[in-house]
Amino acid sequence: MSINATLIGQMITFTLLVWFTMQYIWPPLIEALEERKKKIAEGLAAAEKGQEDIKLAEKKAATYLKEAKAESANIIALAQKRANDVVEESKETAKLEGEKMIESAKAQIEQEIQQAKENLRKEVSSLALKAAEQILQEEVDKAKHKDIISKVSNQLG
Amino acid sequence: MASEGGTTGYIVHHLTPLSVGEGFWTLHLDTLFFSAVLGALFIWFFKSVAEKVTTGVPGPAQNFAEMMIEFVDQQVKDTFHGQSKLIAPLGLTIFCWVFLWNMMDLLPVDLLSLISSLMGIEYLRVVPSTDLNATFALSISIFILIIFYSIKIKGVFGFAKELTCTPFGPWMMPFNLLLKVVEEIAKPISLALRLFGNLYAGELIFILIALLPAYIQPLLSFPWAIFHILIIVLQAFIFMVLTIVYLSMAHEDH
Repeated sequence: MSINATLIGQMITFTLLVWFTMQYIWPPLIEALEERKKKIAEGLAAAEKGQEDIKLAEKKAATYLKEAKAESANIIALAQKRANDVVEESKETAKLEGEKMIESAKAQIEQEIQQAKENLRKEVSSLALKAAEQILQEEVDKAKHKDIISKVSNQLG
Repeated sequence: MASEGGTTGYIVHHLTPLSVGEGFWTLHLDTLFFSAVLGALFIWFFKSVAEKVTTGVPGPAQNFAEMMIEFVDQQVKDTFHGQSKLIAPLGLTIFCWVFLWNMMDLLPVDLLSLISSLMGIEYLRVVPSTDLNATFALSISIFILIIFYSIKIKGVFGFAKELTCTPFGPWMMPFNLLLKVVEEIAKPISLALRLFGNLYAGELIFILIALLPAYIQPLLSFPWAIFHILIIVLQAFIFMVLTIVYLSMAHEDH
């Protein structure tokens, strides 16, 4: 158990080891550790931010949805109103058209009636004339008795 | 293995280092060899990790190295509040190196000396921490660092003032100086002797167990080895922590 030159040798070895550790081992490892720590912190922060973003987006989406719903309800109401208007309008048009048609039919009927009356009058007057001819057995002078004939035909009309 | 001189011879044989030279210039080749090999092992492992270190997912080796680094770094941060590029790597080196020295204690006491005797080497003591030279080499290096940092931080005058004027004021100067010198000298001596004593005693008990009949040996050496696992880590840890504490004391200005 004696102290001797081994001590010096050991001290040299120790110094070399410490120097080497200080120079080549400690710095890269501790740097990597710090780097990783930073990375993890950044990752956590990013995750938190993502969560926040999702919440924000959800809120936004909810707002949009609400807006869209209101819009669609609006549109539907408008369309309904428009449809009602259209129906009402067409009803009105149809009514008018119908009335017009009825009116024109009535006019036509009236006209035909007039026509028929006229024809009938003519027929009757000619018939009456013929009958009078037959009765008188002589020819009636159309020019002479024009007044009478027209009187009769007027009475018939 | 009691080849000559019986029990005493066996013990003495196991505790005799392989040495060359005379007087002070004796070299314990086994201590030098094993501590250098273990130091190289430490350097090789950490260097290989440091070369391909990644900030991504670490492999098992890097994981282990990072665990050690963080452990030492935490110890340094807890006790030392200054800025120093030296202390943390110093702590790591001490912890790992001393731990590897101590771990040699768990090898069967006769294994390596048997192998070496087959190769023609007569004496071999495999645990460097059972050599006072090894433990004192560490503690004296640390002592030099303590003195160096004391003077660097406080200045020559400040350090001299601390040696002479504390703890009892300038009127008790010689007494203060005596106290302080004893305090400073006690640091390396206690460091070295604590480690040496623990490991020497541990090795001695392994040797004594090896002298017992073969059927009792496992019964004793097994629990002692398990207990020793605690001791070798603890001693390495104590050595490192005290180094950090002493150096942070040297950095503190009163």
